[in-house]
Amino acid sequence: MQLPDGIIAVLKQDCPTCVLVDPVLKEIESQGLPVTVYVQDEPGFPSVSQVVDDRSLEHSFRLDIETVPTVIRVAGGREQGRAVGWARDEWQALTGLADIGAALPPARPGCGSKSVEPGVAERLALRYGDVSLPARRLDVPPLEDDIEYCFERGWSDGLPVVPPTEERVYRMLQGTTRAADEVLGLAPPNHAECTVAKVAINAVMAGCKPEYLPVVLAAVEAALDPAFCLHGLLATTWFSGPMVIVNGPVRGAIGMNWAGNVLGQGNRANLSIGRALQLVVRNVGGGRPCEADQSTFGTPGKLGFCFAEDEATPWTSLAEDRGIGRGRSAVTVFSADGPVGVADQKSRTPEPLIGSLAGTLRAIDHYKLANAADVVIVVGPEHGRVFDEAGWSKAEVAAALHAATRIDGQDLGMGTDKAAVAARPAAGTLPKFRAGGIHLVRAGGDAGMFSAIIPGWLMKGSLGTDPVTREVLS
Amino acid sequence: MTTTLLDPTGELAPVERQPIPKPATLDGLTVGLLDISKARGDVFLDRLDALLSERGMRVRRYKKPTFTRPAPIPLIQQIAGEVDVVVEGLAD
Repeated sequence: MQLPDGIIAVLKQDCPTCVLVDPVLKEIESQGLPVTVYVQDEPGFPSVSQVVDDRSLEHSFRLDIETVPTVIRVAGGREQGRAVGWARDEWQALTGLADIGAALPPARPGCGSKSVEPGVAERLALRYGDVSLPARRLDVPPLEDDIEYCFERGWSDGLPVVPPTEERVYRMLQGTTRAADEVLGLAPPNHAECTVAKVAINAVMAGCKPEYLPVVLAAVEAALDPAFCLHGLLATTWFSGPMVIVNGPVRGAIGMNWAGNVLGQGNRANLSIGRALQLVVRNVGGGRPCEADQSTFGTPGKLGFCFAEDEATPWTSLAEDRGIGRGRSAVTVFSADGPVGVADQKSRTPEPLIGSLAGTLRAIDHYKLANAADVVIVVGPEHGRVFDEAGWSKAEVAAALHAATRIDGQDLGMGTDKAAVAARPAAGTLPKFRAGGIHLVRAGGDAGMFSAIIPGWLMKGSLGTDPVTREVLS
Repeated sequence: MTTTLLDPTGELAPVERQPIPKPATLDGLTVGLLDISKARGDVFLDRLDALLSERGMRVRRYKKPTFTRPAPIPLIQQIAGEVDVVVEGLAD
């Protein structure tokens, strides 16, 4: 944009400081320096001769004005410097005129530019800025409710979604430095390219704030890693859906919950991040219930299942165990059914508590089933305390649980009749869980000697799913 | 004022969906039977194979390595090149 040489000022009449400096601009003009005033509200207000009506705010946007008055010195069509608000010294230095504004107080702060008012900045960026939102535009027919329109197009998981307008999606994309057209991977089952923009659109619909977007992007990237086998997970007749566990400073920065009701409702970040991932599965990939998603029952967590780990414990965090250094943020995705509660209000030493957890673990999937699904055990603070006071590390607890959950070979065989079992030769024991198949994390409210077992998809490893961790990037 | 929304989908389908027309008859077409490696899917497909062959249809058989993952691209391309319609056994 070619700027007029001399002095440019951006004003609005609604700002007392702008009214205050108007005579000074006239003074500058009378001393022979050309002055152009861009006015955001009342074009008749400035007293200089060259006034530009900027009620559209295009000039204010292009000049990157945050405060009025702003005065800019221009030479050869280029900005040489600017002063914000009224400060006599600065104005005198900028204009090179030593005696202007003598009657005014030395300084007065300005007011907010109309171009940065809430909702306005996004609209201006979309209209005048170099903004790319790579997605098809769909016009909601006049008189139709936009939330109902989203339902009718099949974009909703059954609850209302926030309609993904250009302004909201643009604002969401301000939460990341990544390009809107960056491809994160192919979303199954339809193998559609999943871009940062598509994730942002679905994050808007899920109710995320822009500052959650880096976590959602990391979760989507992790879920699209072939090792996670999202294709099979979303299609399976089994209960599971993807679950996201968040570690590191981002947990606190965006206000996530790792304390009371950690697996439940009530926290916007936990709920909307998990939901955003599932809306990506539904909308970008096309994984819809009773279509590609053939789950017999599903699980309430398929609306979205995300929580943060309590890292104020002696144990290493989940992310640390998976190679992400402390002080960095990460997400880990697991396949997950609903949580199974374990109550043990009597054990004050690790061994009987291991016994309590192991008894419930042995029944996961089927009490006769060896090589069951991987599990995440969310150890509550009061159970965690029992292990901490005895100095048991996470690795020691996991090893004890593996040892205590082995299944007697004699018991194997779902539905086998008793006579057939009796006739079978004695067998040794078999592991209930594959090596590394018991994952321990810490979370939950202070009161209650409980833990939660979250079993996952029966198909695992090379035949199915493995957990995947991704660092959260800005 | 009209609200404009951004499409959250993979945009693989047109805004107004147009289903591919189904063939009125299988006469003269080659039918592919895809076993996805789910238990007993082959029993179902064997029976279909017999019923279609009895009626003089051309049948070709295919198998995915595992039901948990998408079919390998070469297999998809092979099927697309060899048959007119495909029947896939999805259930347990």
